[in-house]
Amino acid sequence: MFETVTFYVAFFLFIGGLIYKIASWFRVKIGRESKNIPTSRRITSSFRGVFLTLFSRKILTLLRVFVLDVLLQRRILREDSFRWIMHITIFGGFTGLLLMHALGDILTSAVFPDYYSTLNPFMFLRDLFGAVVILGIIMAIYRRSIRPTPRLMSNVTDHYAILIVAVIMISGIVLEGTKIVSYGTYQQMVDDYGAVDGEQEERSLEAYWVSHFGVVSPRLKEPFDAATLDQGAELHDMSCVECHSRPQWAFTGYGVARIIRPVALWMDSVSIAGILHYIHILGCFVALAYLPFSKMFHIFASPVSLLANAVTEEGKSDPATKATRQAMELDACTHCGACTFRCSVGVAFEQIGNRNILPSEKIASIKALASGKRLSEEQLRILQEGVWLCTNCYRCTVACPAGINLQDLWFTVREQFLENGYPEYLVLSPLSFYRGLMRGDIEEREYDKPMTQARESIASVCGLVDNQDVLTLTATDGDLHADLSLSAQAKTFSGCFGCETCTTVCPVVSHYENPKESLGLLPHQIMHTCGLGIRDLAFGSNMLWDCITCYQCQEQCPQGVAVTDVLYELKNLAVAHVTAKMRS
Amino acid sequence: MRFALFLGCTIPARLPQFESSSRAVLKELGVGVTDIREFNCCGYPLRNINFKSFALSSARNLALAERENLHVMTLCQCCYGSLKKADHLMKENTALREEINTILRREGLIYKGTGEVKHLLSVLFHDVGIESIQTKARKTYEGLKIAAHYGCHVLRPSTVVQFDDPVAPSILDRLVEVTGAESIDWVTRLECCGAPVRGVNDDLSMDLTRKKLRDGSRSGADYLCSACPYCHIQFDTVQSAIISQGESDHRLPPILYPQLLGLTMGIDREVLGLEMNQVPIDGIEGFLSDDLSGAEKQTEA
Repeated sequence: MFETVTFYVAFFLFIGGLIYKIASWFRVKIGRESKNIPTSRRITSSFRGVFLTLFSRKILTLLRVFVLDVLLQRRILREDSFRWIMHITIFGGFTGLLLMHALGDILTSAVFPDYYSTLNPFMFLRDLFGAVVILGIIMAIYRRSIRPTPRLMSNVTDHYAILIVAVIMISGIVLEGTKIVSYGTYQQMVDDYGAVDGEQEERSLEAYWVSHFGVVSPRLKEPFDAATLDQGAELHDMSCVECHSRPQWAFTGYGVARIIRPVALWMDSVSIAGILHYIHILGCFVALAYLPFSKMFHIFASPVSLLANAVTEEGKSDPATKATRQAMELDACTHCGACTFRCSVGVAFEQIGNRNILPSEKIASIKALASGKRLSEEQLRILQEGVWLCTNCYRCTVACPAGINLQDLWFTVREQFLENGYPEYLVLSPLSFYRGLMRGDIEEREYDKPMTQARESIASVCGLVDNQDVLTLTATDGDLHADLSLSAQAKTFSGCFGCETCTTVCPVVSHYENPKESLGLLPHQIMHTCGLGIRDLAFGSNMLWDCITCYQCQEQCPQGVAVTDVLYELKNLAVAHVTAKMRS
Repeated sequence: MRFALFLGCTIPARLPQFESSSRAVLKELGVGVTDIREFNCCGYPLRNINFKSFALSSARNLALAERENLHVMTLCQCCYGSLKKADHLMKENTALREEINTILRREGLIYKGTGEVKHLLSVLFHDVGIESIQTKARKTYEGLKIAAHYGCHVLRPSTVVQFDDPVAPSILDRLVEVTGAESIDWVTRLECCGAPVRGVNDDLSMDLTRKKLRDGSRSGADYLCSACPYCHIQFDTVQSAIISQGESDHRLPPILYPQLLGLTMGIDREVLGLEMNQVPIDGIEGFLSDDLSGAEKQTEA
């Protein structure tokens, strides 16, 4: 009764969770474009998309992807064969157990009328599936905790997933072992099914089960004489053999049984088997009820993501469908870390320390944000830095075993972040090249915003360039000389004698009719401010950010001043200086 | 002869024809390439904002190639410039080197400075050699005029990149001439393509590109040839924008060097990805001739 009630509670929580999560795919808004699309339109466009796909030639693509990527998990294999073995064992073993053990009385017995969980081949297969899952779990623990993988992050959801599967599996196997040795269970069975008459027969059958089936009896010990065993065997053939294969076939449980023999009687007396039974089934119910909210939800979302992305044509997809697809993709992520491992700029995390640079962490933060979690200003700022610090190389998207179009997700979110109004200095770097190429996809009036915002923010802190008063030529603060220390080249500014060759050969300077107005200070003037140590004058100049790093100035300087390298360092220092000021 | 092929971020994502054509040409010339999947960004885009991240990114790539005992070959001027710069810094600044190596050791890597960084063009010119390339020619261009674009980051700062003479470079011109084409003289040939500030200051970026296209075209070139993904994309996309706006005074379709060379080697046009360029370049096949004497004449000249 208790079990039935708990099962139904868990089952309805599971169904409710499933509905809630899937509904969120149509509700969660990611990116600016999705803001104005009502849920109803997202639902209709998605159903229309699914319908049209199913009745087109794309159904063949779907079938192929379902077999190769969903069932055989080709995309994981491509990335990492170790992980493939790990995942396919857990996936395959668990599926086997679900169909043949958890749903054994419903499914297996419908297909095989002579199904008994204690009969071969079912008993052996159950243990085989279990052993295979255990192997996968050991590999998973090894991967997460022991094997050195650069920048692989594990969080609570990863540990929960491993833990819940481990609890279910281990409790199941120990339970099986406990039942093999249990005298209480044996007696119960004899009472229910045993056709034995009198003390002598009881002892014979018991002796047979002690010697052949691993039961630990409080009164009988091996060895037994041949006559007793013969009689036991006869009785066994009459009452037991129809439903019981030898326990050795249940090799994992039998192994446990061998180990626990010395304490078997005690375990029986405090009914450990009962406790294990509850741990086992409650573990299953917890896993079931919580599944839609755990990373195990990927069982549903990842195949959907793989299938949807396989038939999505870049640029042709309806914005309403795209919004739904991106919301669904957040659930498809298993936090496996394949994207982070392949990320082109992931290594920058080691210097900058912002987890959101790593795609696997970035998508987790975006998921939290999309689900309505309030992030602090600082959290938003580092997430923004994370989404902009990306070379748009597509490697994360190519690597993702769940087929998530991560690249597209970053791009969508990037534009949305502009609304928060925090300046992002990374836009003033070649990382913006891709955005420049994608200009057509961005609303024209939004396009210049991030660049203007970043430049204005720097100017607001280092605004001496716009100062119309006469400046006193004393250092504004700190030791600019000492700060220019990232490379030996940056110290060369002191050689400048003001010949202006750098400014004369600069293609940026010659691009403008009135360069001083557009660029602030010109290259030779910037070298001069470095000499004077006037930090804000050097940092506030647009010349820094419009420098195309063509190195003409540096190549031609008669004094060997590494002009471009000095500008590079000033950019670094300016960003660090402004960031520190803004935060204080 | 074997190199670790460093593709960087842009080529696999946005210019696969550069990769396929380079691989085909290198194969034809007997140059082996090893792909190191762990390679990351060269660090170039991080240099403005976080210098040490740039140095770390570059050094990690160098360390990965060192582990395989291979020299690095890049197909990109900006990757080349960055890797060379980082290599230079790591050799010059022991404190930085120690700091970077501390991080690299965490993933079992170390930068020792034993590897070299080369560009596709320097491999073709120095390691393969003009004569070997010539022996592979099955066809040659006749009457084709090419504006050879070097790209800033292979030329300068010359003390660091050591690619060619920064004032009068000739490697790319010689490599163009081996195909039978004429490498024309043009005023802006050593100037920037505009890509570094694309997305930061588009007016400036496009203006620099237009200037070069106009100059090359007025100097009589039929095509502009480069061997850098940033430069090529910049020329290709700006050019197609110009075409769509109906301007016509400076049309100069860009072609990647391995595409130009590959056609004379008789490599399949699909492999060279001729159709993948935004501005059509298939007209160039009209310049091809089976008479090989033309190329010899160009090379002698």
